[in-house]
Amino acid sequence: MVAKITPQISEQDGYKFGFNDNDRATYTYRTEKGLNEDVVREISKAKDEPQWMTDFRLKSYHHFLEKPMPTGFWGGSIQNYDLNFDDIYYFARASDRAEGDWSDVPEYIKDTFDKLGIPEAEKNKLIAGVGAQYDSEVVYHSIREDLEKLGVIFVDTDSAVRDYPEIVQQYFGTVIPPADNKFAALNSAVWSGGSFVYVPAGVKVDIPLQAYFRINKENMGQFERTLIIAEEGSYVHYVEGCTAPSYSTDALHSAVVEIIVKKGARVRYTTIQNWSTNVFNLVTKRAAAYQDAVMEWVDGNLGSRLTMKYPSVYLMEPGAHGEVLSLAMASDGQHQDAGAKMVHAAPDTTSTIISKSVSRGSGRTSYRGALKVYPGAKRSRATVRCDALLIDEKSRSDTYPLMEIEEEQVNIGHEASVSRVGEEQLFYLQSRGLSEVDATKMIVNGFVEPIVKELPMEYAVELNRLIELQMEGAVG
Amino acid sequence: MAEELLKIEGLTVSVEGKQILNGVDLVVNRGEVHAIMGPNGSGKSTLANALMGHPRYAITGGTVLFKGEEISALTPDKRARKGLFLAFQYPTSIAGVTMVNFLRQAMKAVRGEDVPVREFREKLLATMKLLKVDQEFARRYVNEGFSGGEKKRAEILQMGILDPDLAIMDETDSGLDIDALRTVAEGVNALTTPKLGIVLITHYQRLLNYIKPQFVHILYQGRMIESGGPELALQLEAEGYDPIIEKYAPALAGATGERA
Repeated sequence: MVAKITPQISEQDGYKFGFNDNDRATYTYRTEKGLNEDVVREISKAKDEPQWMTDFRLKSYHHFLEKPMPTGFWGGSIQNYDLNFDDIYYFARASDRAEGDWSDVPEYIKDTFDKLGIPEAEKNKLIAGVGAQYDSEVVYHSIREDLEKLGVIFVDTDSAVRDYPEIVQQYFGTVIPPADNKFAALNSAVWSGGSFVYVPAGVKVDIPLQAYFRINKENMGQFERTLIIAEEGSYVHYVEGCTAPSYSTDALHSAVVEIIVKKGARVRYTTIQNWSTNVFNLVTKRAAAYQDAVMEWVDGNLGSRLTMKYPSVYLMEPGAHGEVLSLAMASDGQHQDAGAKMVHAAPDTTSTIISKSVSRGSGRTSYRGALKVYPGAKRSRATVRCDALLIDEKSRSDTYPLMEIEEEQVNIGHEASVSRVGEEQLFYLQSRGLSEVDATKMIVNGFVEPIVKELPMEYAVELNRLIELQMEGAVG
Repeated sequence: MAEELLKIEGLTVSVEGKQILNGVDLVVNRGEVHAIMGPNGSGKSTLANALMGHPRYAITGGTVLFKGEEISALTPDKRARKGLFLAFQYPTSIAGVTMVNFLRQAMKAVRGEDVPVREFREKLLATMKLLKVDQEFARRYVNEGFSGGEKKRAEILQMGILDPDLAIMDETDSGLDIDALRTVAEGVNALTTPKLGIVLITHYQRLLNYIKPQFVHILYQGRMIESGGPELALQLEAEGYDPIIEKYAPALAGATGERA
């Protein structure tokens, strides 16, 4: 979701991406509504997958059936919703393959992504590679030639299963096993699309790789599967953006993202999630960081009806560092249940979690975080800081921090604050000529600044714009 | 004839149901500097906040004409856009918003149109130089971690950028050492133009050594009990507030007795 959204897009309800292509969209293939073993087999068959993947899917499907809906600490929020797994389409194919040439992408899909500014970003060389997923599958993928020559792989995960089976098989499902939780099991059973990124040792990808996820169909489920492997001493920044049309019925987005950051490598993964407010966004994201590796999640959640997402870093070897910068904004009817998980499994590991949330109207944000330090992870250092900003009287924010520290020789810091947009701040800014709406926007933009400044310029601009859009009509 | 900027008549103001101003009259013309002095609790800051439109300061009676127009019902931003400015006694901080961004947006808002980058930059640099503030100042977050002196200078910087017709300065001298006071006062003097009216609200006479008022008013228990020229401030400096208060005590007792 790079800048340059064309102005003719309808701005109904303040959501710029609410248009759909139903008049023109044609699906070459799709499964029936609902999920059973046949649907899982069908997906695998449609993709002409090797047997090991079909088996993986079927095994995962049974985990999905056996696993209860998440409850307790990690499932507190889903209990309040009536999510019907039978009312979802699990797979729909709009195009027969991921095109490498933009002109080969079907016209109506091209129009959609044109409106979202996707080819622009590539043309303007703001990104090193791009992937665009439309419902279940990736319709376009490209990477800068020089990076390809250095051995960098950036393809959709379906192609990776076909073209790089040995790497995929080695890592797929190792960071997030199918039985991890009900939604990880669901994704493992019906996954489709997503990005596969492989960065060889010592290669530094200088500008971001970008993926774009678009749900178009009503009642659609999108289950992309992303796997990133950064070999020793490499660097990559991966950015994803997500939007969907505004339908009156619910859609489900349940991704799994696995990242392996090897010795001395660094991976940054940035998400600007702006799903329409009928989307359930239930995602499992986890990275394993090895010796002296750095893993950074920059996680911006603005859209969706309910988001439950807690990017994690498992710090596996000495010197590993994990970081989560989480930004959540909840407007009327939205609940952003976001946070982070840090697991210190080795000595001399460090982690930082910074969470900023803004609730307005009846919007609700929850910070849910876990910090675990295993015995023997001596000299671990961890910092958690969560700040919540409430715009209106009825806005709500909660903090659920969980700490399991099983080693004495550690340094842990935790700070939390909740503030309301203050009368004095508003008066001060208004006395300088800013309207109440503009004053509120300025306060909110200032509040999220520590996260926004970590984004590449185009995304920072876009995020500020999205925040402003959300704030329109918030007051006055 | 001098052009009238502000005309207050019989102004009464309540804060949380408690009446603080009991009928204030004041006329300020362009080019004039008025000092409003008074002991703590006399209603000086209430007057400043009510004029700017703070939502907690309810105007319950009287009229406030600014450039001939009643402004009592206007929101603070509308008053600012008409050319009213308040230099705060305790300016609040805005985390994550840089001074430069804030000043630019404020200038744009007050003008009602975009300000060319170059014009803004030049004005900002010139005003900062005038107030002897470092360029780095513009990149800091609004009032965050500012010293007392920096906060006051930031207020005057805003005044310089926004170019108001009437500036109310609420205890701009409080919390300043003598050097900072001089810098701030010199800045104000340099920004003074024949079109600008200034209302200086202060407890002490010392600010008036640097910014010379033509008119001095004493506010006590929510009323202007005495008005005069600069000599009134010097008299206060010498004798304190007690003699003046005693002089008016019988009249005030009568006036406030009804509420007691």
